[in-house]
Amino acid sequence: MAENLTVEVVSPEKRVWSGEAKMVSARTLEGDIGVLPNHAPLLGVLVDGVVTVKGADGSSHDFNIHGGFISVSNNRVSVLGESTD
Amino acid sequence: MGAQLRVYRRRMRSVKATKKITKAMELISASRIVKAQQRVAASSPYANELTRAVTAVASFSSTNHPLTTPHESPRRAAVLIITADRGMAGAYSNAAIKEGDQLITTLRERGLATEAYLVGRKAVNYYRFRNRAIAGSWTGFSDNPTYAHAKEVSDLLIQAFVADSSAVANGVDELHIVYTQFKSMITQTPEARRMLPLEVVESTAPAGLLPMYEFEPNAGEVLNSLLPRYVEARVFNAMLQSAASEHAARRRAMKSATDNADELIKSLTRLANAARQAEITQEISEIVGGADALASASAGSE
Repeated sequence: MAENLTVEVVSPEKRVWSGEAKMVSARTLEGDIGVLPNHAPLLGVLVDGVVTVKGADGSSHDFNIHGGFISVSNNRVSVLGESTD
Repeated sequence: MGAQLRVYRRRMRSVKATKKITKAMELISASRIVKAQQRVAASSPYANELTRAVTAVASFSSTNHPLTTPHESPRRAAVLIITADRGMAGAYSNAAIKEGDQLITTLRERGLATEAYLVGRKAVNYYRFRNRAIAGSWTGFSDNPTYAHAKEVSDLLIQAFVADSSAVANGVDELHIVYTQFKSMITQTPEARRMLPLEVVESTAPAGLLPMYEFEPNAGEVLNSLLPRYVEARVFNAMLQSAASEHAARRRAMKSATDNADELIKSLTRLANAARQAEITQEISEIVGGADALASASAGSE
């Protein structure tokens, strides 16, 4: 899979992180999910916790998301959090 | 120095002092507009994503969520009015209050009772002075709102909205918001919008078909947790735009005050000059008259 995910992590006050990634893993109300490229469109409510973004350059970023959700469509992943740090 | 001249000089000094203050306020506001605009821009990715997501859920699921379905016989509506804490901003606060009054009148014509929720000291004072009921008020952050403030406001509004209007005294069936939209540095217009039940009109998301989403855990749950966020984001955006508008209105008001002071100083200078000239003329004619009288008196005694 040559394609990458375009990931945005945003809070109400600013865009926390954006860039290309290989994988995003998060925990929704139903359980842990990992999002890889070409994932089906998804809207999920996140439980408070850590969202991990594996960057295309091999780096890994952890975000503490509180009161957020994740939306996936056309290889675009948006992680919205009421507070992120 | 003559009395007239002294009065003019005193007035000029006071106008000059005022001018310095208004000039300073103008410059401060000018720098704050930029900051406020940046905050509006910084909050838009979140707001756009939320709007997109809410539109997706609301249009793809057939869930009858209380936040999206209009009440059959609405009894009461909440009106949130966002104004400034401080004055010196021209008609900014008044324009928003007037827009709110108009909205309240239309709502009353539809037979709804209204509950006023106020942000900003100006609106609170206006309502207090007229002895109108206030359902909730928040002051102290109008020029620099944070998300926590928006959350505080939205929590109370959502609580009132979710409560049954026939059973609970402060329950409402509709939620309206009045804020000042920041269109440009020169144009800011007060706007009244219905926030709930939802009308997803201003979708800034790119047009085109939305993908068929999978919802996790299910559409109803997603909507449940999305909509409060959506209201918060809307309130936050309204607050940020109002803050930017407030600064712009203040800058404009202070600019015209500074211009007026300039004008006033100019005309006072003219008057003071004329008074000084008149004083000199009078003094000379007095001296000449005195010398004449002395000369004629001494001529007669010889």
